[in-house]
Amino acid sequence: MSSIIKIPFGPQHPALKEPENFMFKVDGEYVVDVTPRIGYAHRGIEKALEDRTYIQDLYLIERICGICSHAHTTCYTQAVEEALKVDVPPRAKYIRTIVTELERIHNHYFWLGIVAHEIGFETLFMYTWRDREIVMDLLELLSGNRVQYAMNMIGGVRRDITPEISSKIMKGVKVLGERMKYYKKICSDDKTILARSVNVGILKTKDAISLCAVGPTLRASNVKRDVRADDPYAAYDEIPFHVVTYDGCDVASRIATRCDEVIESVEIIRYALEHLPTGSIEVIVSRVVPPAEIISRVEAPRGENLHYLRSNGTDKPSRYKVRSPTLANLTALCKMLIGGYIADIPIVIAGIDPCFCCMDRLTFVDINNDETWGWEGEKLRRYGIKWYKKQ
Amino acid sequence: MGLIKWARTKSPWLLHFNSGGCAGCDIEVVAALNPKFDIERFGMLLKGSPRHSDILVLTGPITFQIKNRLKRIYNQMPEPKFVIAIGSCAISGGVYRGCYNVHEGADKVVPVDVYVPGCPPKPEAIIDGIIKVLKNYEKATP
Repeated sequence: MSSIIKIPFGPQHPALKEPENFMFKVDGEYVVDVTPRIGYAHRGIEKALEDRTYIQDLYLIERICGICSHAHTTCYTQAVEEALKVDVPPRAKYIRTIVTELERIHNHYFWLGIVAHEIGFETLFMYTWRDREIVMDLLELLSGNRVQYAMNMIGGVRRDITPEISSKIMKGVKVLGERMKYYKKICSDDKTILARSVNVGILKTKDAISLCAVGPTLRASNVKRDVRADDPYAAYDEIPFHVVTYDGCDVASRIATRCDEVIESVEIIRYALEHLPTGSIEVIVSRVVPPAEIISRVEAPRGENLHYLRSNGTDKPSRYKVRSPTLANLTALCKMLIGGYIADIPIVIAGIDPCFCCMDRLTFVDINNDETWGWEGEKLRRYGIKWYKKQ
Repeated sequence: MGLIKWARTKSPWLLHFNSGGCAGCDIEVVAALNPKFDIERFGMLLKGSPRHSDILVLTGPITFQIKNRLKRIYNQMPEPKFVIAIGSCAISGGVYRGCYNVHEGADKVVPVDVYVPGCPPKPEAIIDGIIKVLKNYEKATP
């Protein structure tokens, strides 16, 4: 007797923080079907952008996402600068790159902690989050704020890097790089992590390309695609770096990809600080943007970020569109979940580094009798840990 | 001080709920758990279920879609319950004020005990806000 159960994975969770609902159909221990239901965090930002001036929009864009805030503003300022036809001074480009990479380190440390929490490895969660404070302190030192940095402005950056700050960043990233090498070793050796991540949430290379996955999720499926290398922005055309890929196509590869990306980011920051050009950090720009249509792309920590701007010759945009990486990864996520175990749902969802916060309730639908019940994310997480202990 | 009140003030359990914010406040709430800030020294634990929680830590402007869910979560919490609004959005809508899909402030939907301003507030400020709730409760009840 098989039964399909509906599990809503919905809007509130102790570790993940944005509101999102998934409806799972499960047969026994297997996931048969999944329907994401998005929109809990819909605030109407794109419409609000049209009512505000370009300078006011900068602050609203930053608050699309608190974790990759710098990636969003970089994308926005690039679009507006292209429409205005201004060239940003090289020093500003380098500072943007440094903040982008610090943000990537912060995001990947954050993510590793979440993954450790989802599989019940609380020690690793505490360790990574303790080390994450180093990069948070560096960002606070550099920009004056821990989360919303407000470093970008149209035509440059707001704050300069002094030699003292530079030497502190050098010291900080050295520690972060070494710690990440240690965590990478743990993640590739530890039996608990391997048992929960190898061959879990498979996304084959062919599917990853056809479903338009982006970022580390795509690179863990052995596709070498990175906006930083393919369509260089800021100072990435002058800085040498490797695009990290793994061919495991599973959660273990996604962990390894992100660990290596942090080590790569440390090298990028080191190179950028050593080769920081002199000169001004901003240019004065007009507040009125001439009519233009611009697409701007940035590699956010979670993947490719795409912004579209249509200006009409006033000080307000006539249309602005944001495609964030999680939306692009959502269809690939559904593919990963189908055919997997219920116990693997939290780790697979966490595996794409989703940016919708509150995933706390699952609905299980029993296929045979159409029975439905709800589970909280926390309960599902505990169920997953317990189920694996029994194996 | 009775035993129940003592237990309540020395080990309150928190429920974290994002009502449509940008996740900036949320990572700061979770950062308060890490070894540097360590809210467990006040006996506080982040819990997944509203039925086990004493304090609702609320972030973000209330979007129209999340409103009913928030009310449901609030009603599921046992008495006495407290609500802390974290960040400018939860206080007044913040940067999203004027957007067509937000309620502009948590106090339009659920009663709020303490407001912690900032965009986002630092973990120290969040801990301070929670301690204030407990102090007020201690004073108000015999």
